[in-house]
Amino acid sequence: MNWSEFKAIAYNGLWKQNPGLVQLLGLCPLLAVSNSLVNALSLGLATTLVVTLSNATIAPVRSYVPNEIRIPVFVLIIAVLVTVVQYLMNAYLYDLYLVLGIFVPLIVTNCIVLARAESFASKNPALPSAVDGLMMGLGLTAVLATLGGMREIIGKGTLLSGINLVFGESAKAWVIHVIPDYHGFLLAILPPGAFIGLGLIIASKNWLNLRAERKARNQPAPAALPEAARG
Amino acid sequence: MKRIVRSTLETTINLVFFAAIGTAILATTYYLTRDTIAATIEAAKLKLISQLLPPDSYDNDIMRDTLTLAPDELLGTDELSLAHVARRNGDPVAVVLEVVAREGYSGNIQMVLAIRSDGALSGVRVISHKETPGLGDYIDIAKSDWIRAFEGKARGNDADWKVKKDGGQFDTMTGATITPRAIVKASHLALQYFDAHRDQLLPPIKGGKP
Repeated sequence: MNWSEFKAIAYNGLWKQNPGLVQLLGLCPLLAVSNSLVNALSLGLATTLVVTLSNATIAPVRSYVPNEIRIPVFVLIIAVLVTVVQYLMNAYLYDLYLVLGIFVPLIVTNCIVLARAESFASKNPALPSAVDGLMMGLGLTAVLATLGGMREIIGKGTLLSGINLVFGESAKAWVIHVIPDYHGFLLAILPPGAFIGLGLIIASKNWLNLRAERKARNQPAPAALPEAARG
Repeated sequence: MKRIVRSTLETTINLVFFAAIGTAILATTYYLTRDTIAATIEAAKLKLISQLLPPDSYDNDIMRDTLTLAPDELLGTDELSLAHVARRNGDPVAVVLEVVAREGYSGNIQMVLAIRSDGALSGVRVISHKETPGLGDYIDIAKSDWIRAFEGKARGNDADWKVKKDGGQFDTMTGATITPRAIVKASHLALQYFDAHRDQLLPPIKGGKP
């Protein structure tokens, strides 16, 4: 894997084919868990871990899987990995495990995981596949974290509330009260807040894209971005 | 025909092979994390109990001194629930009950409460609920101290076991009275359950005599 290939995969995962903004895959956890920065970031990272591992596992065994049963085998591998992550969280991050609850096992059904297995890992070697999983996961995490942060600030006026679930009681002091004496804005915390927030983020991404396009048109065209490794 | 049978067999064996490897990985992880998970869950429960009962008020191994209670209307439970008996020098001083408040604004509210041997509540905590964030969730100790109003309250006069709006003794916050009403009612019912089953809930000797 060379540098330009790496760059193309990273660009795809983080921006161009971002699972949360462009592919719009895995929206169920995105909308449900993004009511605070800590929740969003934690589920994002758990998903990243699963996509990376599943891509890295599926790529080397892909030639041994008959085409007709590839989906069941992929789902099996993903389910095993998710359950392993779930056991580990249950053992070492119990409070967080309780907060994320059903959404950890639900990573299995998050279509972004299967989508990357099917469209990338089943056609590419292990290393690029793992990088693709990592970048897609980080892309999703970034969107989740932005949405979670937005909803938390608008809804509760804080950032990092619940950080003690990850780092223990002493971390309670890390909570930032962005707006002091804030009475909260319920809509941002409830599911509609997630839809509105995500809509705004997608709109800003499209706006940035349009602006970049317009700029590119006015200036002499720079070298085209590599189209390899498209998802 | 033979070819179909053969390719089916091959595919099946392949799938079984992957399933076997997956099972092996899961079994290993389960085996390696089992003790840690059990210990974490127990530590979390003990921490919860320590919020309900002062840890120096009892001296027994409260996690092992348990009773299994049948489902009961007064407890709001549909399944078996576990009660923990707290003792000091062998004498029961309190019992910790799992209770479900059935009249929450959005579904059941899981609670635990500790009742002292004198019939007064030592503490109440909400374990899980689906009440509206920012409105009904002040019943959670993480959000407000409201739930501490129950500490030391005995059954006394039944008419007092209501929220202030209904003529009782418990405060509520504007805009959310259904949730606290459910908690007050569930706690009241639990105290009635305690009165009806006092001897069973505070067995004199650990494990009970045959």
